[in-house]
Amino acid sequence: MNSNFNGEKFSSQPAISIHNLNHYFGKGQLRKQALFDINLEIQAGEIIIMTGPSGSGKTTLLTICGGLRSVQEGSAKILGKELYGTSAKQLTIARRKHGYIFQAHNLHGSLTALQNVRMGLEVHPHLSPQEMHKKSIEILEIVGLGERVNYYPDDLSGGQKQRVAIARALVSQPLIVLADEPTAALDKKTGRDVVDIMQKLAKEQGCTILMVTHDNRILDIADRIVYMEDGRLAPLPESMELAH
Amino acid sequence: MLGFLKQLQRRTPLGWLQLSRHKGRFIVAISGIAFADILMFMQLGFQNSLFESNTKLNSAILADIVLVSSQAKNTQNLSSFPRNRLLEASDVPGVKTAEPMYIGMVSWRNIETRKKVQVQAIGFNPAKPALDIPEVNTQLDKIQLPDNFLFDKAARGEYDQLYSKVEAGQDVSTEVGRRTVTVSGLFKFGASFAADGILISSDNNYLRLFPQQQASSINVGLIYLQPGYKPDEVVTRLQAHLPDDVKVLTQEGFVQFEFDVLNEESPIAVIFTFGVAMGFFIGVIIVYQILSTDVNSHLKEYATFKAMGYGNNYLLGVIFEEAIIIATVGFIPGFFIPLGLYHLAAAATNLPIYMTVSRAIMVFILTIIVCAISGAIATQKLQSADPADMF
Repeated sequence: MNSNFNGEKFSSQPAISIHNLNHYFGKGQLRKQALFDINLEIQAGEIIIMTGPSGSGKTTLLTICGGLRSVQEGSAKILGKELYGTSAKQLTIARRKHGYIFQAHNLHGSLTALQNVRMGLEVHPHLSPQEMHKKSIEILEIVGLGERVNYYPDDLSGGQKQRVAIARALVSQPLIVLADEPTAALDKKTGRDVVDIMQKLAKEQGCTILMVTHDNRILDIADRIVYMEDGRLAPLPESMELAH
Repeated sequence: MLGFLKQLQRRTPLGWLQLSRHKGRFIVAISGIAFADILMFMQLGFQNSLFESNTKLNSAILADIVLVSSQAKNTQNLSSFPRNRLLEASDVPGVKTAEPMYIGMVSWRNIETRKKVQVQAIGFNPAKPALDIPEVNTQLDKIQLPDNFLFDKAARGEYDQLYSKVEAGQDVSTEVGRRTVTVSGLFKFGASFAADGILISSDNNYLRLFPQQQASSINVGLIYLQPGYKPDEVVTRLQAHLPDDVKVLTQEGFVQFEFDVLNEESPIAVIFTFGVAMGFFIGVIIVYQILSTDVNSHLKEYATFKAMGYGNNYLLGVIFEEAIIIATVGFIPGFFIPLGLYHLAAAATNLPIYMTVSRAIMVFILTIIVCAISGAIATQKLQSADPADMF
């Protein structure tokens, strides 16, 4: 797999740059602040793990970085592009440069592994059907599913499904990968395999990974750990530093 | 356009894959559309046969201009007007001749079942063909004999014995009212919703069946023009010349008159239209159910696609793709089953029930509309596919 040339271009500037970000849920009397004055810089090629108690706002921050929620207050520059004040349509287009890995694999049950991965390429209009097919096969081979390209998700194990999901997220060589608890549904060994594949591919392609996880067993793949509590970035508790 | 086709070629046929993966659901959707199509085809087929069979007699009348009473409702209920109007009409320039025709419903006894049934009796001057039925026009000599009639070979009911006897050259006698009449010939015309069949004879024989009807009181006036005159112009002149108790119509106008009365005054057309509408809405409901179930069960996948950068239009496209596939595949049984049903219904009723290309096209378009409406309602559910909720 070729390394990503775009990755070089952005290495001089941060992949994610967030300043004075506030976010609220609800309206009127019920309005509740979820994120408080977040400042975060992530360099291109870094693997960042975001951790913290439930309800601390990790996922909210992740969805804002990914362009899945609009920025209400403050600034969020992703790959050099300001997301504050962009339209829903522009956000949709911006998302095509990202890879998403969810807690559940979210594969389409009516599509084979190959077709699912191909969906990750189809949003990019410049690719021909032959290229899409070739790239999809290649990445499925890399995640160790070269033998099962025509299997439906129902016929794959949990770990295999998550590997297809990773292949789908990474097949377009995204500059940023956003992952939310990718190992939560997997056993220890499968979970390990999955993050190892993610790490390997990310290093090869030079992409930035922002991962939310509670899973202490995988913290070691991170270049840096960000800790969140009550909607604020906070210093890492000592117990977790040991694990790193 | 070329770019669009190129896009289509590289696109994963998601709608088709979703449908073909859930075969049970797909079959239900196809059956639903097929059912709706069959319902629409049957209603439209019956409606057409109603209009066609009930205006068939009007179309068969050979005349340039037709006079009927201004009280006339349709060919079953024509009312009558004075024969003198024919003489008056002859004064109008362009009119060559004017002939009377008598039409009335009469009950006769079926010689096989001994049951009394309503048939339509028609009487006219046998010196000249008045109807566009070749088999009648070659047997005009027969109906000049007293109490001799020609009967419809395509009448509704059990007449096999009568037909075979008449065809073998025997005369068959039966009762009409209190009179004994002879069926001495056959012709092929067909039943209508109003009458099981037609009896044709001379004006004299007709009037013997209806002793209460005066020869001077006629049902239809047939007017023939001299060459070079336009029926429309003569109609205008006749209308000005004749009293208000008659309606003056061109031959086509007479067909249209029967059609309009049926269409506007009888509830039958409304009932058939209602049946078509029911088929339409059954189709909408079934396809909507299928599509919205499908959207619901794929909501997570759709949200994932949105997260991956697919726009709302892409997902709308998937749903409409499914709708078009259901419409097209469902139309295949929905077209072929009515062909068989038309055949059965036509054989059972002797009514002109058959498929037409324009009806097939119309029902296909209706089917597409059904699926498009269902698809449009089902897409509302797509709004709830929010990629931010996926994490």
